[in-house]
Amino acid sequence: MIATIAQKKPSRLKTVLEHASGDKRFKILEVHMKKHQFRQDALIEVLHKAQELFGYLEDDLLLFVSYKLKLPPSRVYGVATFYHFFTLKPKGEHTCVVCMGTACYVKGAEKVINAVQENLKIKPGETTADNKVSLLIARCIGACGIAPAVVYDGTVTPRTTPESAVEQIKKWVAK
Amino acid sequence: MIFNDLIQIKETELAARKKITLRCCMAAGCMPSDAKGVKEQLVKAVAEAGLQDQVEVRGVGCMKLCCEGPLVQADPQNLLYIKVTAENAPSIVAALKGGQANVAQADPNAAFFKKQLSIVLANSGVVDPERIESYLAADGYQALHEVLHETTPKDVVVAMVKSGLRGRGGAGFPTGLKWGTVAKSPGAKKYVICNADEGDPGAFMDRSVLESDPHAVLEGMAIAAYAVGADQGFIYVRAEYPLAISRLQIAIKQAKQMGLLGAGIFESPFNFNVDLRIGAGAFVCGEETALMASVEGKRGTPRPRPPFPAESGLFGCPTLINNVETFANVPPIYRNGAEWFAGIGTEKSKGTKVFALAGKIKNTGLIEVPMGTPLRVIVEEMGGGAPDGGKIKAVQTGGPSGGCIPAQHLDTPVDYESLGKLGSIMGSGGMIVMDQTTNMVEIARFFMEFCMDESCGKCIPCRAGTVQMHHLLDKIANRKATARDLAKLEELCDMVKNTSLCGLGQTAPNPTLSTLRFFRNEYEALLQPDQFGPRGNGEAAKQPAAAKQ
Repeated sequence: MIATIAQKKPSRLKTVLEHASGDKRFKILEVHMKKHQFRQDALIEVLHKAQELFGYLEDDLLLFVSYKLKLPPSRVYGVATFYHFFTLKPKGEHTCVVCMGTACYVKGAEKVINAVQENLKIKPGETTADNKVSLLIARCIGACGIAPAVVYDGTVTPRTTPESAVEQIKKWVAK
Repeated sequence: MIFNDLIQIKETELAARKKITLRCCMAAGCMPSDAKGVKEQLVKAVAEAGLQDQVEVRGVGCMKLCCEGPLVQADPQNLLYIKVTAENAPSIVAALKGGQANVAQADPNAAFFKKQLSIVLANSGVVDPERIESYLAADGYQALHEVLHETTPKDVVVAMVKSGLRGRGGAGFPTGLKWGTVAKSPGAKKYVICNADEGDPGAFMDRSVLESDPHAVLEGMAIAAYAVGADQGFIYVRAEYPLAISRLQIAIKQAKQMGLLGAGIFESPFNFNVDLRIGAGAFVCGEETALMASVEGKRGTPRPRPPFPAESGLFGCPTLINNVETFANVPPIYRNGAEWFAGIGTEKSKGTKVFALAGKIKNTGLIEVPMGTPLRVIVEEMGGGAPDGGKIKAVQTGGPSGGCIPAQHLDTPVDYESLGKLGSIMGSGGMIVMDQTTNMVEIARFFMEFCMDESCGKCIPCRAGTVQMHHLLDKIANRKATARDLAKLEELCDMVKNTSLCGLGQTAPNPTLSTLRFFRNEYEALLQPDQFGPRGNGEAAKQPAAAKQ
């Protein structure tokens, strides 16, 4: 026990900063943090930007943010895992977000999800093995007037049917 | 900026108006159906027809009838084109000179529009949300000027109390009382927060207001800030609403450029800044203490109250938190007077309420009606009833915190108290209509799954209780439960309701309780006979045996 404490592990931070120095996106992120004057309450804003730049929040990225904002890594990790919007796993090339708000649910969004699930052989929140498509569920995107709504790569599509969803997925997979 | 400048801009804007206006809906309801392409093609068609001097094509906010989008309205002809495609544009422009356009039309005099009373949505579908001049032409920011120069903060609060406005976020706390408490709280620094974290699935009123009339919310916040003595505001908006975020950013920038936000507004000593905070997908952040934690960049977990935010809120300072719709009500109240507002609605619920009508109903979209309007008028006359000859079974209000109101109670007037009596709540305004094909047990399970996923995990009744309740509902829905499970479910509902820390847990059992109250037979029909007897003591089971046959 004593031996493990005495034996100092190589600093993780050093490798993180080395990693960061070779990547331009970290620079952009730092500029963004500077815009917020490295304020600790801007953490969520910074994580938004980080996810926008990198697509997902990897460990090194979270450590980098915690170092720059002078926050304990536990706090940054805690916030990143609390909010559904942040993802710690890389997403696929394409994303299919099925809205599961009440209006969409009542109008049959579950059937759409089941159809896509069956077609891709993955569960919501997962990515296909070839990294092509991620299937996600949204809690409500506020497009209730045109339910059921599905967001393909950021484009909202109204009145989706299981058939039209599978068709779109097949187009992606075929490419 | 002084008052004369304001009038000047208004008059310039009005003078620049052309004889004919084609208003194109550019809100999130119509955008997915290529509303942008429609607008571009209309501009092109107008230019090709050589009508630029007479016809203005204006992008506006939500025109309410979302199910028929994209919508284009021609004024002054008062024609409402529905399901417009980009190819229809030349036909619409040609029809302006007389003749008939080859596009489907909706009747602007139908009950859906005629029964509405627009206060919050008065500018929605009329002004261009991306141009502040358009809002100024509709008498925008005049209420703020009047408040800053002609009244004291105390009088502003008094007028708000007199108007009888109650919070539109769901709980219905009197707005004037809240303003008064924050105003009286000692402290040099105070904050105003606009809660635009519209988490209820099936509700999209706040999104529409922000997309259609962002300046009304900013003006309302500025008036509130003057009343309570705050100089910094935050709008906490969901990340799921990218269009609302971009419109707000534009609105804040324009208002700052014109000196309507920032330092020394209207050459008075009053300063007010507004910053945006983008949520990250957590339903619990609609709860005020959780929202403040999130604005501070922390995990969005609620904390016990008191102290209430009015005394110790954001960064420990007195904080005023109101909903989007509440703030949007503020400028009309000061423009038209508190008495005018108090004259609308019922005795205890004043003014109007915006509802998002969706689900199994013909006309889905936004409606704004005076408080006290019977549900039947909303659902049957305005909504047009269930589509495809279906029968309305229930109306769900209040999202995962509300309940299902069965068809036999459709004559209930919509106000805070009446809905509360039926075990539902007004909520933020989501109204989902269900027809006879909807399984109520599955609806209860759907909402419970939502609450289970969204529970922040801070207090045990909610964290563990929602999981257990979902498990029991799942068991019932899969025909594996007995009468004892149902009794356990009811017991758990009561426990979670009474012992949870915040509103999420306290209201999570509501959808289950209200469906149990009105549709108990659906639950009982799924129960299995209990082989150990109702008390689990080996007594032969008697009652729910009938269910299996």
